[in-house]
This record gives sequence, C-alpha cells and structure tokens, in this order.
Amino acid sequence: MSDPTKEWPLWEVFIRSKQGLEHKHCGSLHASDAQQALRMARDVYTRRLEGVSIWVVPSAAITASAPESKDSYFEPAADKIYRHPTFYVLPDEVGHM
Amino acid sequence: MYTQAIDLPDKPEQSGAKAAGGTRPGEAAGAGPAAAEHERQQAFDAAIAADDKIEPQDWMPDAYRRTLVRQISQHAHSEVVGMLPEGNWITRAPSLRRKAILLAKVQDEGGHGLYLYSAAETLGVSRDEMIEALLSGKAKYSSIFNYPTLSWADMGCIGWLVDGAAIMNQIPLCRCSYGPYARAMIRICKEESFHQRQGYELMLALCRGTPAQKAMAQEALDRWWWPVVMMFGPSDAESVHSAQTMKWGIKRISNDDLRQKFIDATVPQAELLGLRIPDPDLKWNAERGHYDFGEIDWSELWRVINGDGPCNRERLETRRRAHENGAWVRDAALAFARKRSTRQQAA
Repeated sequence: MSDPTKEWPLWEVFIRSKQGLEHKHCGSLHASDAQQALRMARDVYTRRLEGVSIWVVPSAAITASAPESKDSYFEPAADKIYRHPTFYVLPDEVGHM
Repeated sequence: MYTQAIDLPDKPEQSGAKAAGGTRPGEAAGAGPAAAEHERQQAFDAAIAADDKIEPQDWMPDAYRRTLVRQISQHAHSEVVGMLPEGNWITRAPSLRRKAILLAKVQDEGGHGLYLYSAAETLGVSRDEMIEALLSGKAKYSSIFNYPTLSWADMGCIGWLVDGAAIMNQIPLCRCSYGPYARAMIRICKEESFHQRQGYELMLALCRGTPAQKAMAQEALDRWWWPVVMMFGPSDAESVHSAQTMKWGIKRISNDDLRQKFIDATVPQAELLGLRIPDPDLKWNAERGHYDFGEIDWSELWRVINGDGPCNRERLETRRRAHENGAWVRDAALAFARKRSTRQQAA
C-alpha cells in the first residue's frame, strides 16, 4: 500500500515566459524541497525555452476562493456597469477619449 | 493542472454571500441534501451543455470523476511505459544527431507522463496510488507499447505512425470538458509534432538509402501497421465507454472516425516513402471519399490488452525494477528535506 507520509509534497509552478511579462501558473509537480522543485520545474516545463524565470510554491500554501460560491462571491461586480468606459456617452466632437 | 491540494477556506463565507443577497447552492427554499445534489447536477449538466470547462474544485458526478481518473491515468502510464521501446535504441542510435533527437523525444514522453499524472491528481487520486495500480498490473496502458523494437527502423515507425496516431487521438482531447486534462493535452500536442516529423524524416533517410535500409523500413512497417491501426480502440459498436464519454465532452470524435482519418492521412505518406502498406484490401473509395481497408484482427488487440502481448511482462518488470531501485533516492531526498527544515526551525 502507498504510504502518504513518503510522498514528496506537491508544488505549483509559475513561469515568466519572457522579461516584461508576469509569472503564469503552468502546472504542478512533486519534489522533496524547494530547490529540487525548481530544478524539476525547469526540466518538466521549460524544455523549449518556455521561460526566463520560475516560481515554485507549496500547493498547500495557497488559499482559494470557494468554487460553489462562484456566482455570489463575484456578484457585487456584476451590476456596476459605470465602472466601464463604455457606460459614458460623449458627443462625437470630443473625439477619441 | 491545478491541484486538489490547494487549501480551501474552512468555512464557506456565508455572511458575505448573504449580504450580497446571493443564495448558495442548496440554500434555496427548504433545501435538503437531495435538493442540493439535484441543483449541483443541474449546474454541471448546464456547464457541459454550454461547452464550459469543469475545474478541479467544481462539483462533478462521481462517474465523471472516475472516468477521468481512469482515462487520464491510463494516458499517463502509456507515456511512461512508452519510453521503454525507444529507450531500447538510445545507446545504438546510428549517429550523434539521431541519438540527441531520440534522447529528447524520450525525455518528452517522460514529461508528458508527468503533466498527465498532475492532471489526474487534481481529481483526488494520489501519484502513489496510480503508480501502484500500474505496477500491480491493475491499470492499463496503450497496447502498442507491448510490441518489441527489433530494428532501428522501428524508431522511425514509432515516430511516424505511433505518434501520428497519438496526435489524431489527442488533438480532440485539447477541447475536453475537464480543464486540467485539456490544458495538459494542449501542451503535449505542441511537443508531439516534432516526434512525428523526426520519425518520418528517419524513414525517409532509410528509404532513400541502400536497398537493405529500405527493406528494413518496409519490414518495420509490416510489423507496426496493424497494431497502430488498432491503437484507436475497438470499433464504435464494441466500445463500452464511448457513448457516455462523448456525452460528457471528454471524447469528441469516435474511434472509427479517428481511425479512418489516420488511414486517409497516412496512405499518401507511405506512397511518398515508396513503402507498401501491408493490407491487400486497402484502396481509395471515390464514393466515400476515404480509403477502404481490410478486416482488423480484434482478437489480437484483446490478447495484448489482457496481458498476453509480446512484451507485456517485460515492460511491467522493467517499470517495477526502476521504481524499486529508485526507492532509496526518494526516501533519502525526503529525509534530507525534513531534517533540514527541522534544523532551520530550531535555529
């Protein structure tokens, strides 16, 4: 039987694909510690120059919003259309604004 | 490949939801557990109908979860076992160029296995459980990898045909309803194209070489053709899971349609190589706009799937040995990491 105490912890991998862009989540992997997770992330996720920088984060350290409250949780943003520029009707003479 | 291990808040944020006037699923008037279940099922069905993606922390029916675990883990096992037939030729590649290519390809297969294991883990199954299922012989993997690689031309046939068939199978999976699986497939498909092209290029080099080299290419094609045609699985009428997985948006194109598509694409490629496909019934059917092909020997597919192919025992034995021989490395790395973190905490 598998022994969960012998499993390497899970890490989430984030990669910056080039200078000037943000790190983006690209997957996960098992590793014994952070240094090993970094090296494995390089081998697993950047074999074709997909990145210039890697972050690894223990998966257990991430706190996520609850999926079943997806609608109600984000609902307050839904009816505030005045937050979008297209809400405001301006005369044509104003030109591009 | 988001993970199940991400920590969800302990308590749902009820107050926030209430204040915003929202109702949580299951909170609708007088809802008991059955009504909540029904509501979740409806939300799931609506998402599938709208071709939306399902993500790991969304509710999903148990059967959908089980099907995905089975399919994704089998897919991962296939990638990992798939390293063995090609690994067989790394030390004997005829040039440094071919050796570097083969090494890179086998490394990719290992990587594909890892992407897929991660995707399966998001469904709540552990990596160790999956590996155990493979090593005990409980889990299946693609029957194609139970055939031996007898000559260098087999490296060409695997790339050209086996990876070619895999691409046909995998491209529709990029649109699979389960987000992590679809994302893994997009990444895999991008890398797979090099696999097929290097295989075809290898075949081309043999076919333009000496008569002996060309004969080697033909001999390999003769052995690989039918097993590859069977890779698409049983015919639609015989396929036990197909109807349900199509409905769930896991599978998009039927086994027989994919097989036909593969044969139509491959026949002209064989002609260009000057090789003969070992099927006397193969001919263009202008009326259908497809190639007709001969009867498939399904008894062979079932024999190989059920453990009696030429290399089943050897493949599993090799994986078991690799896993056991690596155990001390895994244990030592974990012990080292724990010891260091204890020391750091003490300091």
